[in-house]
Amino acid sequence: MPKKTFFFGLTFFVFLVVAILVDLSGLVWSANVDLSRFKIPFKRDLSFRYGLDLQGGLQVVLEADMSNIAEGDRDKALESARAVVSRRVDFLGVAEPVIQTSRSGDSCRVIVELPGITDPEQALLLIGQTAQLDFRELSSDDTQEFVGTGLTGKDLSRAEVSFDPNTSGPQISLSFTAEGAAKFEEVTERNIGKPLAIYLDEVLLAAPTVREKISGGSAVISGEFTLSSAKRVVTQLNAGALPTPIRVLERRQIGPALGSETVQKSVIAGLVGLGLVAFFMIGNYGRLGILATAALVIYGIITLALYKLLPVTLTLSGIAGFILSVGMAVDSNILVFERIKEERRWGRELDEAKELGFGRAWDSIRDANLTTLATVFVLFNPLNWSFLVTSGMVRGFALTLGLGVLISLFTGVMVSRALVRMFYR
Amino acid sequence: MNFMRFRKIYFLISAAVLVPGILSLIFFGLKPSIDFSGGTLWEILFAEVAVGGQQSGVAGGIEEVFAAQSLEVASVQPSGDDQFIVRTVPLSTEQHEVLVAALRERFGEIEEIKFETLGPTLGREMLLKTLLAIVLAISIILAYVAYRFGDLMFGVTAILAMLHDSLILLGIFSLLGHFASVEVGTLFVTAVLTTLSFSVHDTIVVFDRIREITRSSPVGLEVAIDQAVGETLVRSLNNSLTIIFMLLALFLLGGESLQWFVFALLIGTISGTYSSTFTAAPLLVVWNRLRLRRC
Repeated sequence: MPKKTFFFGLTFFVFLVVAILVDLSGLVWSANVDLSRFKIPFKRDLSFRYGLDLQGGLQVVLEADMSNIAEGDRDKALESARAVVSRRVDFLGVAEPVIQTSRSGDSCRVIVELPGITDPEQALLLIGQTAQLDFRELSSDDTQEFVGTGLTGKDLSRAEVSFDPNTSGPQISLSFTAEGAAKFEEVTERNIGKPLAIYLDEVLLAAPTVREKISGGSAVISGEFTLSSAKRVVTQLNAGALPTPIRVLERRQIGPALGSETVQKSVIAGLVGLGLVAFFMIGNYGRLGILATAALVIYGIITLALYKLLPVTLTLSGIAGFILSVGMAVDSNILVFERIKEERRWGRELDEAKELGFGRAWDSIRDANLTTLATVFVLFNPLNWSFLVTSGMVRGFALTLGLGVLISLFTGVMVSRALVRMFYR
Repeated sequence: MNFMRFRKIYFLISAAVLVPGILSLIFFGLKPSIDFSGGTLWEILFAEVAVGGQQSGVAGGIEEVFAAQSLEVASVQPSGDDQFIVRTVPLSTEQHEVLVAALRERFGEIEEIKFETLGPTLGREMLLKTLLAIVLAISIILAYVAYRFGDLMFGVTAILAMLHDSLILLGIFSLLGHFASVEVGTLFVTAVLTTLSFSVHDTIVVFDRIREITRSSPVGLEVAIDQAVGETLVRSLNNSLTIIFMLLALFLLGGESLQWFVFALLIGTISGTYSSTFTAAPLLVVWNRLRLRRC
């Protein structure tokens, strides 16, 4: 056996064993794989991730009303709206929530996905509120409670991260509206030496101590901020300073019952389909068919392992994409096998026909897969072009189909060729 | 074998499927799902309603509950023994909450299998974006075909075959929409785009072979086409059959929610296979004859 072939075979064998181990985790042993025991820095949960449509949950597209926000502040306001929503989602204790922003034309959106949520109504009410920011002082009686000062988010025009000129550490600059500046001056005057608490949605954000009376409408909060903690507070302050009423544009809610049944059915359908394909290939191409089926099984093993490793969030349409890709994966085998048959018919020796078959079928295989990949590119919209659809269903399908095409190029051509060279004599 | 002699029959078969579909597209159009039109789709399971016989009563009851909130119901459709699918206008969070309470009061415990609501503006936006996606996908495929086949004749016939397949798919779903209330949404568009790419790649395999033959031996184009079709027919059929096996299994055994999507892919695959051999290749013959006649 040539050295190169041997090396390829060995690498591939190791690769396959790893893929099988990944596939088996969660079935045979726990899906929580921790390899630090073997001095390998790998610690992951290797179970399949199911999308909303498979495990049930809530997806909402919220539109933030930017009509009162100046054009230049809209990105900031949208980021703040996202931060507020994500804080409220944390409150709900949902595992693996997805919160993204998107802009489509003039419309600023926050897309929220909450898998496995049991009370969507409650969640929506909580998420949908406009952020409320207010400044509070210690009450005059000695209860140590904070009471409202009348100074609210409306009076704050914006918050920004700035740097202390002396220590060059990050700090937070506040600027107030004209009306707010006057109120702020009064509030600071009567609270010198005392804390002034800032609340967002009734939750304490910061309580800096007032050093002196501040007039002119701009103030700084300095303290032990890291750059990221300062940014976080600023985003939240801006949520109050640039309040954007939120309304629900789209809502999709799926009960948990629908998904699990469908997964089972799809798995059965996939296995039955695979059986039919194997039967067909073996019936048609004999020993070559057995090798193609082996390549197909390897294809399945690698694909499923990749779903776990990447990880790919599986949706209903994604499963359909996978099942379709299994059908397409044998395409390269069929192209090659038909070619081998032909070359044999034209009187070539078996060894020569084998190599010619793989060589000459390559052009067709490449073309076939390139057109599919082009479509997948448009459907998946990897660059997040706002003029294209970013629907989860469509993306799920495109992702599994695209991965399928790429992996089947590998198993259908390289792996099959190795198998045919070794076993078809 | 002389495949191309029967090209009129192939065109007739295509027409037999295409014409009703196109007529249906013109007169009935497609039935858009809420993805495109906006609205609400609500699938409810009534745990305490007796199976079967009372269904019509329940449907009426659901409409009354909506009417009490002065909301109009577009349709109430039974699904399974104790489930109903309600289609109506977009609902706000508050309206939804009130309706759930009212339905519970009237019918006892209910479970929401699925609740989807979409504003009409978002629906229009989705429609626009999907159309753009289709245009973009077709342009990429066109550019690719033009690059692969410098010859106009090959490029145009491949595209015609692709249009043939998408029209068949659209036509059949227009008929299904009219007679079986099947709706088309973003997933249908996905199926159309997948069909487009499949159709083109299947055609490319045939065309590749035609060019290979004309290059290696000095035969006329028509002879080459016949030979190429004969040589690629088995591979084309075999390949489609494996895809069809997978899709058929999913269509028959998979869950209901993807059934029409899988069906669309199935139609697309069958039509795509048919069109590369029996539409694209005969069109090449026709084109070639017209060209020869003009000279």
